[in-house]
Amino acid sequence: MEFVVALTLFVLAIFLGFELITKVPPTLHTPLMSGSNAISGITLVGALLAAGTGFSPLVTWLGVAAVALATINVVGGFLVTHRMLGMFRRKG
Amino acid sequence: MTELSSWAQIGYLVAAVLFILGLKGLSHPRTAVRGNLYGSTGMLLAVVVTLFDRAIIDLRMLAIGLAIGAVLGVLIALRVEMTSMPELVALFNGFGGIASVLVATASAIEAVGRGTATLQLNVAAAATVVIGAVTFTGSLIAFGKLRELITGRSISFPGLQALNVVLFGSCLVLGALTVIQPEQTLWLWILIALAGLLGVLVVIPVGGADMPVVIALLNSYSGLAAAATGFVLSNSLLIIAGSLVGASGLILTQIMCKAMNRSLMNVLLGKGQAAGGDTASADEVYAGKVKATSADEIAILLETAQRVVIVPGYGLAVAQAQHAVRDLTQTLERAGATVEFAIHPVAGRMPGHMNVLLAEAEIPYEQLKEMAEINPTFEQVDVAIVLGANDVVNPIARQDPTSPIAGMPILDVDKARTVVVIKRSLSPGFAGIPNPLFAADNALMFFADGKQAVIDINKAIQEAS
Repeated sequence: MEFVVALTLFVLAIFLGFELITKVPPTLHTPLMSGSNAISGITLVGALLAAGTGFSPLVTWLGVAAVALATINVVGGFLVTHRMLGMFRRKG
Repeated sequence: MTELSSWAQIGYLVAAVLFILGLKGLSHPRTAVRGNLYGSTGMLLAVVVTLFDRAIIDLRMLAIGLAIGAVLGVLIALRVEMTSMPELVALFNGFGGIASVLVATASAIEAVGRGTATLQLNVAAAATVVIGAVTFTGSLIAFGKLRELITGRSISFPGLQALNVVLFGSCLVLGALTVIQPEQTLWLWILIALAGLLGVLVVIPVGGADMPVVIALLNSYSGLAAAATGFVLSNSLLIIAGSLVGASGLILTQIMCKAMNRSLMNVLLGKGQAAGGDTASADEVYAGKVKATSADEIAILLETAQRVVIVPGYGLAVAQAQHAVRDLTQTLERAGATVEFAIHPVAGRMPGHMNVLLAEAEIPYEQLKEMAEINPTFEQVDVAIVLGANDVVNPIARQDPTSPIAGMPILDVDKARTVVVIKRSLSPGFAGIPNPLFAADNALMFFADGKQAVIDINKAIQEAS
């Protein structure tokens, strides 16, 4: 991917992020943080790519460590968010 | 690195859309659970698409990494107490940060080895390891402070700021070296170590009360680290998802700073709120004016009240009084009163924390009101009960422009007909100043432990009726 294309995605996504997040009510700010935290675990995709190419043992080990850490982030993040959101119930 | 197939790219696009729908779902408690499912589906799709793409050769090692991470993630998520949410988020931020560091390092080493390193890759790798390493060590320190493994107070020493500036400068120099001599991977490792040290030194001067700001900021950094990793790998999904999170963390940081009346710079430098020139002493404010009350008196007040607002502070969570408060709320509702909760943005240890704690005690979210919504209505409130909150209800913030908390947004409980403050003593809050609310004509002090006080009041009401 060309640098300019990457930069375009980056800038547009930041603006989109601002639009989306300003609509989240304060009541949900903690689930927002844990949920967005899980999304930032997307680095897992990069970790899979790095670990799976079999270039050298060092690269593979760095990648596998990254896979494990990012997976904790992803699985734990989404699950704890789900737990929390389940507590927000309606009256009656 | 071999290019991903178009199918994989389209899979990533769908995953990005699911992340966006997921965040959109969080705009209302009703749609939030579904939103979170969208987000996790997007993540699963991204992982599956990546695993099936031709770039992946060795699946066995990956399976081990995924299995270890998934088991630990599930265990942590199911066991954590809601009061410990800030620590958990801090820890997860750190994991995300260090994962990005490892990915960028591995990719840089591989690209150099294969002779495919580009300028974009090298610059992005340097940026990723700096942001990621700062996020990692900074988050660990934040975790330690919140868990009270290290002191929650600001730790500082003369020359700390100068040292940080030197460290940051060194990071820039080493970053430039990694770009000029990418084949010399030693530069990258030194860069990671320096950035890690910087992360420690940036967070240690931050005091415990300012932690919500730091966690929100590190949340943003973990997203930015992922986005920077996307530049390393030329991966659209990492860039999009990382930026969304980066923006989210920045907004929350801003909201927290505003609610605490602090600038981000002051928080990061560990500066306390500047002491006011001529703040009144506690004796002048309180002497002879404070009226103490009892559970029975409060019960009589509440029996005739139509509209009751409870103002929870972190003291409520510390006293584990959420369930007692829920019981009191139900007693009052049975007697025909409406009960609401007025929640200041910094009532908990992280943005929205108090809402989660009350939701856990099965208090419906419709009763949780934010500051801007409830403030104009305090004049119609019969009884406001302040429970474990102090600075956020101090009217001085509105009245005295020289006060350390001048201009800080507060809950206007002093405008309620009667204010009941449940507190152990007249000790000051984080701002270290007396609170004239406690001596106001319409205020009654109930000196007691928060949980016991609520239980006693509830009992007194039930006995009387």
